[in-house]
Amino acid sequence: MAYVDKSAVDDAAFRLSEATAADFVELLKPRVMSLVVFTAFVGLAIAPASLNPFLALVSIAAIAIGAGASGALNMWYDADIDAVMSRTASRPVPSGRVTPGAALAFGLVLSALSVMTLGLVANWLAAAMLAFTIFFYAVIYTIWLKRSTPQNIVIGGAAGAFPPMIGWTAATGTIGMESVLLFLVVFLWTPPHFWALALFKSGDYERAGVPMMPNVAGEASTRRQIFAYSLLVAASGVLPAAFGYSSWAYGLAAALLGAGFVRYAWDVLVAGATDLKPAKALFGYSLLYLFAIFALVLVDHIAMRMLG
Amino acid sequence: MIMAKQSDREFVTMTEQQKRARRNRSVALGLGLAALVIVFYVVTILKVDPSALFNRQM
Repeated sequence: MAYVDKSAVDDAAFRLSEATAADFVELLKPRVMSLVVFTAFVGLAIAPASLNPFLALVSIAAIAIGAGASGALNMWYDADIDAVMSRTASRPVPSGRVTPGAALAFGLVLSALSVMTLGLVANWLAAAMLAFTIFFYAVIYTIWLKRSTPQNIVIGGAAGAFPPMIGWTAATGTIGMESVLLFLVVFLWTPPHFWALALFKSGDYERAGVPMMPNVAGEASTRRQIFAYSLLVAASGVLPAAFGYSSWAYGLAAALLGAGFVRYAWDVLVAGATDLKPAKALFGYSLLYLFAIFALVLVDHIAMRMLG
Repeated sequence: MIMAKQSDREFVTMTEQQKRARRNRSVALGLGLAALVIVFYVVTILKVDPSALFNRQM
């Protein structure tokens, strides 16, 4: 039995929560977190400095929770948009399982906790970068850019690109050129990845009033921009080898993966207006591409260290 | 949600689902806090002496 302020007892203003822990975990966007864990781990593992394995593990967890916290803040602010999009309507806030206030508090507490933990465990430069990433995703992207410009995902993509840099900085205490190249790969990969999604979900974004590229510049322009970005993605994947940080074996594999990306983007470019299959195929391939590039960077560094 | 008037206060009797959800959240919060205590304990030891948990002579 719980005591309740009488002034608040009415169905509209008051209800007891039926949210479970799983609903709060869902606020963290676990699928995005898994990508953050992987890219941050690669950044940390290839850094030319060693961190105690347990401290490294806690650092990766802090970066992941920081990313999850920004996801919770995004779901708090975007509940109105999420409610009218088929892909996001069942999220905890629009479905009513978690109140907006609880999502906001959850995001803010985890943001502070993750930044403080990373600062204490690794270093304060990495913690400052994590804090900036959370701010960038929650405020610059979610609150400002997402509803105001079709370039939202281009600029906002920086937030998703920071984790490998933060992982690197957690190990070294500095910002390295090699980690900047990994940032560049994710940053340039983000627009074609999300515009491919927007092509086959443009109705969703239009209903929600989100100015994504297909419903602002048109689908033909979006297809052209996807293809242009795919060339940049393919080039960025090879950069670690071009700068001498990775072997030419990596460079060759990255070039082949990049050629695949360009091929899928070409299919999107020449597809008919009603043919959504190439966009779906590119979306799927782009996920595979990013995972493969980071896995190759990791394997290549391990091999180079073992071979001396 | 059932409300019962007792003196000048109003109380709410939680439904079974609400009770289960609250218990679920409480257990998760408790486990999370316990994990945090262990993590900070180990981190503190490692920060004070990085070789404390490894390379220890038995």
